[in-house]
Amino acid sequence: MNSPAKLVRPLSPFLNYRWQYTMALSFLHRATGCAMAVGLLLLVYWVAAAAAGAEAYARAQTVFAHPLIRLALIAFSFSFFYHLANGVRHLFWDAGHGFEKKTARASGWLVFIAALLVTALFWVLICSRVSGGAV
Amino acid sequence: MSLRSPVGRVLGLGSAKEGAAHWWSQRVSAVALVLLGLWFAAALLCLDDFSHATVLAWLGAPLNAVLASLLIGTAAYHSQLGVQVVVEDYIANKGWKIVTMLLVNFLHVALGALGVFSVLRIAFGAAA
Repeated sequence: MNSPAKLVRPLSPFLNYRWQYTMALSFLHRATGCAMAVGLLLLVYWVAAAAAGAEAYARAQTVFAHPLIRLALIAFSFSFFYHLANGVRHLFWDAGHGFEKKTARASGWLVFIAALLVTALFWVLICSRVSGGAV
Repeated sequence: MSLRSPVGRVLGLGSAKEGAAHWWSQRVSAVALVLLGLWFAAALLCLDDFSHATVLAWLGAPLNAVLASLLIGTAAYHSQLGVQVVVEDYIANKGWKIVTMLLVNFLHVALGALGVFSVLRIAFGAAA
């Protein structure tokens, strides 16, 4: 019988995975999805306030004007664009395309950079369109 | 022949054979949300401002009302499917898992209902 000390057992996969940025991207997909579940709350609040009348909408506008909520909106918009782009990446995988290591890594960078750029562009356009700043 | 143990079957352990349906629903709603999401982002960019009158006029238009209702309904559905997987992955205790899933499902259905109801209320002109 081998003594327990001599046994070299394989580790569970999560213990011996080498860190790679594609893992972070995968995690980010889930994190941005969860973030948007919270963001949905804000979207519904916005629409419900508009339906409830001028007073409720004015109150909602002060809520949305709060710096922390503004910051959250920017985070939600990035979550939206990242989850959208990476979701399409997932759909391609589901169809059996883009599994090559090189392709999967390149598409990872592509969706991340694209999400950052589109988020920035989105807010530049919003800020340039809304003159009064009454977001 | 089943390879599942009789005890496991009695306890209701193992596959519920519903994984494929969940997987498909998630993909179908994802494809719908790609289109609805892009419409929503573009629509926000096309608004002159975010005043009450502008938002009412926008959501009051029939096409916008239908698309916004679909967006909120589909997003709530897709979100419920996604959060369900997260809960299943990270909450090991069976009791807590059931309680959390109930809360998550109730919240998503309530959010979807409130959102769609609000859009329709605006579209049918009941909002002031």
